[in-house]
Amino acid sequence: MTALTESEPRSHERGERARRPGATLLEVSGVSVTFDGFRAINNLSISIGEPELRAIIGPNGAGKTTFMDIVTGKTRPDEGRVLWGEKSLNLLKMSESEIARAGIGRKFQKPTVFEAQTVRANLAMALKAPRSPFDVLFFRPGPDVAARISELAAEIGLAGELDRLSGELSHGQKQWLEIGMLLAQDPRLLLVDEPAAGMTPAEREHTTDLLKRAAEKHAVVVVEHDMEFVRRLECRVTVLHEGSVLAEGSLDHVTRDQRVIDVYLGR
Amino acid sequence: MTDTPHSLGRKYPGGGRHGRAIGPSDNGDGEAAPPPAGRRADHGETGKPKYWVLGLLFLFCFAVTIMSEAAGTGTISTSFVKTLGKTLCLCLAAIAMDVVWGYTGILSLGHMAFFGLGGYMIGQWLMYARTEAIVLENLASQPIPATPQEIQNAIGSQIFGVVGSSDLPPIWGFAHSLTLQLALVVLVPGLLALVFGWLAFRSRVTGVYLSILTQAMTLALSLYLFQNDSGLRGNNGLSGLQNIPGHEQTSQAVISLAFFWASALAFAAGYLLFSWIVSGKMGSVIRGIRDNESRVRFLGYPVEGFKLFVFTLTAVVCGLAGALYYPQAGIINPAEIAPIASIYLAVWVAIGGRGRLYGAAIGAAFVSLLSSWFTGGGAPPLDLGFYRILWTDWWLVLLGLSFVLVTLFAPKGIGGLFDFLVRKPEADREGDYGPDAGSRRAEEGPEDEEART
Repeated sequence: MTALTESEPRSHERGERARRPGATLLEVSGVSVTFDGFRAINNLSISIGEPELRAIIGPNGAGKTTFMDIVTGKTRPDEGRVLWGEKSLNLLKMSESEIARAGIGRKFQKPTVFEAQTVRANLAMALKAPRSPFDVLFFRPGPDVAARISELAAEIGLAGELDRLSGELSHGQKQWLEIGMLLAQDPRLLLVDEPAAGMTPAEREHTTDLLKRAAEKHAVVVVEHDMEFVRRLECRVTVLHEGSVLAEGSLDHVTRDQRVIDVYLGR
Repeated sequence: MTDTPHSLGRKYPGGGRHGRAIGPSDNGDGEAAPPPAGRRADHGETGKPKYWVLGLLFLFCFAVTIMSEAAGTGTISTSFVKTLGKTLCLCLAAIAMDVVWGYTGILSLGHMAFFGLGGYMIGQWLMYARTEAIVLENLASQPIPATPQEIQNAIGSQIFGVVGSSDLPPIWGFAHSLTLQLALVVLVPGLLALVFGWLAFRSRVTGVYLSILTQAMTLALSLYLFQNDSGLRGNNGLSGLQNIPGHEQTSQAVISLAFFWASALAFAAGYLLFSWIVSGKMGSVIRGIRDNESRVRFLGYPVEGFKLFVFTLTAVVCGLAGALYYPQAGIINPAEIAPIASIYLAVWVAIGGRGRLYGAAIGAAFVSLLSSWFTGGGAPPLDLGFYRILWTDWWLVLLGLSFVLVTLFAPKGIGGLFDFLVRKPEADREGDYGPDAGSRRAEEGPEDEEART
């Protein structure tokens, strides 16, 4: 893994500048949301390619989480378009579960796992499989399911905890479990909200590796406050402020931007 | 409400693994030990209680049969056999309620309405067929054979004379056929639940609002049935249901035993069905819906579909339970459908223990039998010197009090007592053991290493 982190920054940075990331997977354009008169999102436009790793930073209240809420169908915008995939599906007309089945997975800011169930059950529930009630009722896990769960558990460092209740896990382990559940869904777009919160430096490093590897094939959007973490991601950065894009580009580029320094970094 | 009923056994493997509770940074390097035997995982109703329940049920039925009047010994009276059979039907309704409430988190206050509807549907056939037999017997002595229309009118005035009418309303159109009425036992509660559930879940009504909505449905249904022109004999209800057409010569002792066994078989089948549903992935998803509905949605599961499936299936099972209950009770009237009946059902499940099927069954059996003992005058009055407590008056107070006490002090209910029987020593995860509760201190590490080898 160390070799990968050594070599990747330059190649990735070059790739970032040389070409636009793959075909556009998610296109958010002109979206606005108002909560009781407060404009949480103001004419926001972002497009994410596939594969691509994108970090979204910005001060509290900039609309980072609301952006994810809109994409996943939790919040309906007042205006604007959110289009998805080759067929340009309108995500605004789909329910949360339809959006998730279309291939958008989300890790929440506060780890939300099913605490009354084991780590194994949590992963099994997230694992990619038909989701209708009758499919679930007649679902019989084959050996491939167990193998995939062990593989994921090893990846997230919970191989020894598979049969523990996830409510007993530490905060950091719950974060990991949720990342594992996200990977288990095998989505095309991973929306990751503050993955590094509550993690040790070693765990943060592991998370960056994991996200970077996921971004080789998928689209990954990371919301994070920790600039050191974002720096290690070595990806294109979008700075949000008051619900719209303030700056976009490499981390070095945006951190030199005077407006970014004023509203975010300067504080 | 998030207390898991499934963490019965040891929650934690214990032993040398404690030191690893700190973080996943050491990502499972060769530590993927197979889970120790005997550890309970959270797979819903695990196999064991299922076999215990069915084994005990079989023994119980066998004992009741031997002691019944039908077998000649008569240690147990026929009316008590009926009480036991009815209790089994209530237990079946209670496990259905447990699946919808304890597992899926939908506090339905309408499942006894589905139970009552099942009873009405079978009651229509029982009443019609019996009245038809009586009418034919009376008309047989007449010189001119009666036309079908005359027979129909005679049946109509027999059944509906009590509400001042003599026409059979259209909803009795299938009453002549047992097969069709049996189909209605399933279809009427099923379709009502399907339509009601579809409307309610689709608009994302949850929690206490959903409970109120189901209660409103129940109240509306019972108020409708109270009307004389509802077509189901208003507040008189349907009666004489204990007389089974075609078995006029069979003694009630035998009929009661047959219904007792039918109730037991229905309960056993229902128990197997529900324990299958609440185990495995389905159980995992519905308990996920109970604990965090929106998270399940973000995993891609159509939550509304799952709720609708559980709601409708449990409604159908309640309808079937009702269809077995009311021939044993002999009479059904709209008061049986009133919201209070569904509230009782919730109380039974809460006292018995939500989230475990045997708990719900124990709660229903225990509380309903106790209730008939107290209200039937079986319990001796309690003389306090200054006041004499007559249990017929005070039973509801006692029930209400125990409901409050159970909710406050024993949220796992009676079923929770079984945890004491099967609980194995648990690793002590409390106390000063390092950064998080339960992880050991660094100086305990070497000892851990020794324990591991």
